[in-house]
Amino acid sequence: MSKQQQHWEKTRMHLFITLAIWFVFSIGIFFFGAEMESSSIRPLGYPLSYYMTCQGSLGIFVILIFWFANRQEKIDEEFGFSEREDD
Amino acid sequence: MIKGKFIDNLPKIYGLYTGGFLVFIILMAIAEQAGMSAKLIGIFFVAFTVGIYALIGWLSRTMQTDAYYVAGRQVPTVFNGMATAADWMSGASFVAMAGGIYFKGYGYMALLVGWTGGYVLVASLLAPYLRKFGCYTVPDFIGTRYGGNAARLSAVLVLTVASFTYVTAQINATGTIASVALDIPFGIAVYVGLASILMCSMLGGMRAVTWTQVAQYIVLIIAYLLPVFWISNKMGAGFFPHFMLADEVARIAELESQFGLGTVKNSAADMAQVKAFGKVAGITKAHSEVNTTPWKFISLAVCMMAGTASLPHVMMRYFTTPSVKTARRSVGWSLFFIFLLYSSAPMLATLSKLSLMDPTLPTGIIGKSIAEVEAIDWYQNWNQAKLMFISDFNGNGTLELNEFFMGGKAVVLATPEIAGLPYVISGLVAAGGMAAAMSTADGLVLAISNALSHDVYYKIINPKAETAKRLIVARILLVLIGFAGATIAALEIQGILGSVIWAFDFAMSGLFFPLVLGVWWKRANAQGAVAGMLLGLAAGTAYLIWVRSGGAGFWGVTQLTFGIVGSLVSLVAMVVVSLITKAPDAATQRMVDEVRIPSGRTVLGKSH
Repeated sequence: MSKQQQHWEKTRMHLFITLAIWFVFSIGIFFFGAEMESSSIRPLGYPLSYYMTCQGSLGIFVILIFWFANRQEKIDEEFGFSEREDD
Repeated sequence: MIKGKFIDNLPKIYGLYTGGFLVFIILMAIAEQAGMSAKLIGIFFVAFTVGIYALIGWLSRTMQTDAYYVAGRQVPTVFNGMATAADWMSGASFVAMAGGIYFKGYGYMALLVGWTGGYVLVASLLAPYLRKFGCYTVPDFIGTRYGGNAARLSAVLVLTVASFTYVTAQINATGTIASVALDIPFGIAVYVGLASILMCSMLGGMRAVTWTQVAQYIVLIIAYLLPVFWISNKMGAGFFPHFMLADEVARIAELESQFGLGTVKNSAADMAQVKAFGKVAGITKAHSEVNTTPWKFISLAVCMMAGTASLPHVMMRYFTTPSVKTARRSVGWSLFFIFLLYSSAPMLATLSKLSLMDPTLPTGIIGKSIAEVEAIDWYQNWNQAKLMFISDFNGNGTLELNEFFMGGKAVVLATPEIAGLPYVISGLVAAGGMAAAMSTADGLVLAISNALSHDVYYKIINPKAETAKRLIVARILLVLIGFAGATIAALEIQGILGSVIWAFDFAMSGLFFPLVLGVWWKRANAQGAVAGMLLGLAAGTAYLIWVRSGGAGFWGVTQLTFGIVGSLVSLVAMVVVSLITKAPDAATQRMVDEVRIPSGRTVLGKSH
């Protein structure tokens, strides 16, 4: 496998992991709205369903994007595909 | 005072600007104490901020295509994040979102999840790759990746339908705010709004829009957060509302059952009286309870997420960063800046509702006598503005929860006044709303006119046009589109929020899969992409018309989520047509390989 193919394999894998996490917090948990509401887990005292819609999922997305960017940069570096600084 | 290049001095320049704006707010507060009228304060706020945007627009004027279309590709990560956040958060986010949460609770918050989750798709599936491509516009990517004018034109068509639906709503919002703040009729205010929008974008294109959007973000975020923190502290609800309002949320639930929410119903005759008054609504949904089916929530969130990743005015912001790496990081910053406002909207809705409902608070009106409420100053003002209404349906002389009605916009616009904040805050909120609506309108008008001038005029009609001519055409189109948008906005066909949601569905129907598969599926070809765009858009539109004209619909897809039908048709059409026609040639395949790695030259040249 060429260097470029390996790089793309890894990038694709990284995408799938990112999208899986994204799926859980944007779609997955909202199948269980009622369960979240009656859950005894109450972040900061809010009902879990309320908390996830107004802060939880949103905050996780922010962190997820930065994590995604960092890891993708490492993958690019590993294969020597990152941009030169003066670009 | 400031030496060196503009770009190197950005933190200093915007730091000074923010300081200057805070000083302006303090001056206005002093002027209010000295007896300046509320009207005049409103005019000062709107005129001062719009004047500054226009000045930035003028200072950023340019005659270079690179600067006009992509701001010279030198916008730093964090500043591009702010500009994107302003580009993104429209008048609807600013003025209507807290109101939507106030009235519809959990079901409405699907929009919060959708409008943020979409950025994960932008960062992972599209933005870095389109940046590597080096295109000026979204149709530029489609046209070059798939090849041929048919693909390019189809992309321009989808872009125009989606963005134009969106922009009329934004010009409508600027008009609404300008008409309230400057006290002029709506029909004229729309054109005042348009003039301010064009001042920011006409001379400097993307470069001017970028630097005004950063300035607009600063105004709108101060205008949103300051009242939320102030009200929360004034009520003693908590120093940092986002982390401390759990008791208030619980208290609202308690009051809801005490006041008989859901058990006391208004008769049809009562509601006819409300309808005759204007566009106001009562609280009918519980504040924090899960009040919708999972599918309704999820389908709306999915549409907003895919729509986010397909709306060209957002995507083109990531063409302005210096590199692929910065484009990726910039998406993270964009979402961070958006998060600051979105996570505050539910808190504002909570504070607003509790201020009105809780009889133990001095601001509470439910349970007071009707005569007492009718004598309150702010009630009279907002009643006159057709945004607040009470009526003693049961004739007991006391205001009940089901007898109080409010317009969605009032949650943001009136809460500072209800909570007893000085008027200067209301002026600030008006300036913030104006900034939010203007920044989005600018991005949209530019997205449409750039697609028409670059993709239709330069790439198809007259490829030999010189730079000067291209940029003149771009500006003429900008003005024409602005006027067309304002003319339709002045007709007030549909509400602000409804048309915003439609724009997402249109974009998703036509562009989501052709964009994503362009990067992630080498086998996708021009025929497939054209079929995907056109059939997707047609199917989505047909479904919308069918449901609007009384059709039953299927799978629980409503007129707010028709993008699901459109994009599925688009996906199937694109895959099937691609597979039964010839694979893209070797050059195209190499191009896709090239896009997938950050290093090396962009696919399209620096100036094309």
